[in-house]
Amino acid sequence: MSPPLLQVNDLKKHFPINKGLFGRQTEFVYAVDGVSFEIARGETLSLVGESGCGKSTVGRAILRLFDITSGQVILDGQRIDDAHPSTMRQMRRRVQVVFQDPFSSLNPRMRVRDILAEPIRNFGLAKSKEDLEVRVTELMDTVRLPREALNRRPHEFSGGQRQRIGIARALAAEPELIVCDEAVSALDVSVKAQVVNLLQDLQQKFGLALLFISHDLAIVEHMTHRVAVMYLGKIVEVAPRREIFAAPRHPYTKALLSAVPLPEPGAQRNPIILGGDVPSPINPPKGCRFHTRCPFVFDRCRTEEPTLRAVGDEQWVACHLDALPVS
Amino acid sequence: MALLEVENLQTHFRTPGGINRAVDGVSFHVNEGETLAIVGESGCGKSVTSMSLMRLVPEPPGRIAGSIRFAGKDLLKLSDREMRAIRGNDISMIFQEPMTSLNPVLTVGRQIRETLMIHQGLDKQAAEAHAIEMLTLVGIPEPKRRVREYPHQLSGGMRQRVMIAVALACNPKLLIADEPTTALDVTIQAQILKLMLDLKRRVGAAIILITHDLGVVAEIAERVMVMYAGRKVEEAPVAELFRSPRHPYTQGLLGAVPKLGSSLAGTATRLAEIPGQVPDLRKPITGCVFAGRCALATDLCRQYAPGLEEKGPRHIAACHYAAKGAIAA
Repeated sequence: MSPPLLQVNDLKKHFPINKGLFGRQTEFVYAVDGVSFEIARGETLSLVGESGCGKSTVGRAILRLFDITSGQVILDGQRIDDAHPSTMRQMRRRVQVVFQDPFSSLNPRMRVRDILAEPIRNFGLAKSKEDLEVRVTELMDTVRLPREALNRRPHEFSGGQRQRIGIARALAAEPELIVCDEAVSALDVSVKAQVVNLLQDLQQKFGLALLFISHDLAIVEHMTHRVAVMYLGKIVEVAPRREIFAAPRHPYTKALLSAVPLPEPGAQRNPIILGGDVPSPINPPKGCRFHTRCPFVFDRCRTEEPTLRAVGDEQWVACHLDALPVS
Repeated sequence: MALLEVENLQTHFRTPGGINRAVDGVSFHVNEGETLAIVGESGCGKSVTSMSLMRLVPEPPGRIAGSIRFAGKDLLKLSDREMRAIRGNDISMIFQEPMTSLNPVLTVGRQIRETLMIHQGLDKQAAEAHAIEMLTLVGIPEPKRRVREYPHQLSGGMRQRVMIAVALACNPKLLIADEPTTALDVTIQAQILKLMLDLKRRVGAAIILITHDLGVVAEIAERVMVMYAGRKVEEAPVAELFRSPRHPYTQGLLGAVPKLGSSLAGTATRLAEIPGQVPDLRKPITGCVFAGRCALATDLCRQYAPGLEEKGPRHIAACHYAAKGAIAA
């Protein structure tokens, strides 16, 4: 088996917050607290979870938008979490990003042409001016935008079109992995479908790997190969799509799936309604982080933190329940 | 007689680029105790419709025309003072953003008390007691402590519960919920939807639910009205609408939503796309508003706007080609 494209080992990111006069007392937001996973070439791994679970922080750590607290991020066999800026530059070309908000992630003063040309120039991908022009127009065709739109600025486009520009910009660098951080969440239903279909086509065409960060489980099921479910900075379950959606094992995964309203009136469903709210990541619960809301909690959960263990082919769960209830 | 009857509602805004016909001739009704969902994508006019019902549209630049009869009174003919007596009392509203719709410098208790003291004439003690009762009703633990807290001390789900408590404090006959769960996480959304269903049974208020989430619609609505570009394009009882949508836009909308469990059922296919985008409402539209994106559109559609026709029992749609009684493809 060839090594995975991306490997994340025991990733931690703690953000300091200063309290008190002169910031003497320091506390930490344990945004990501020991997360490991792999992504193969051409694969889609989805990170799902509720707000504050750390899924976006994982994405940003991989892009190295900040330095991580500890752990390793390995791209194609090479560590990038502590790479020297000069090597990092080449690595950045291989991992690109599409952000959630198409209104704030494009520079309003730049024409679409310049937005797309910038990464091509930065990474020296075009041999000549003509080559650059060819590449830019090809990108527009790829994301199904009219070529004449190259001379317009972002404000002249709708949300869906802007998101296509964002995708084209990510593709301009010829990446191997694209981090899609809630890339379709802000879009309307019909436009969302257009962009989801586009992402799937592009993945096939270019053999892209996607880290698809989302809270929309129906879209995730539609898009993904594997799913990692996060809760308060930890992965609680990782499994291929089939296992996650047909036979989820972790009580949190089950609750999350059962809470999604189905677009079928009168559908029989018994949502597991979790009590309370997600605890604060500043002071996460001891033991299993889910124990404050878990319907199956017992003594061991309050003191001992469960680790991920294999419960089937490629399915991993962090839960103490020995006879994990099968749905 | 219906509790609320809206006829030919037109809410237009004057903008530098021309008149924006945000809501253009919409008629509907809500019966007592009924839940009507208004569905559509951003810019279809669903929120402006709800703001118009409450007369919360700034005039100018806005202008509301038509008639909104609530319990026999035309709300558009009332004075501001008379309207204030209705808002928060007979008709109340829950907004999408629980972060911005509560006053950050007043305690939660004071915000619930305010409506009770103004509308029901309760004194401070009685209002306080009732506020604690309301917080208990919406499932907030330790209501006696929470009533003295400020909105920033509560989580998003709790704030939405407080909004619901404020809205229901005076036992309104009609509750307008504008995207009440959109800003919430799914597990919290499930809590709030369950709460709304429970409270509806207990309080018996009619609900207008405004949302773009078809899952939420299927869960709690009885009747659904679909809006597109400021017009009503279809209306039907909820089961009927999901089973046999007649308008091509509704069909497109339903096809564009992936269903949880589709990968297991082997029904996972490519999502249906509705090509193109919503028309510019500042330009006059001749013909059908959906013609520019519709696969079935002909010259007839581009020239003559279809009227709402009966396509089935209690099922109306505005389309030249949605055959009467035919099961949609």
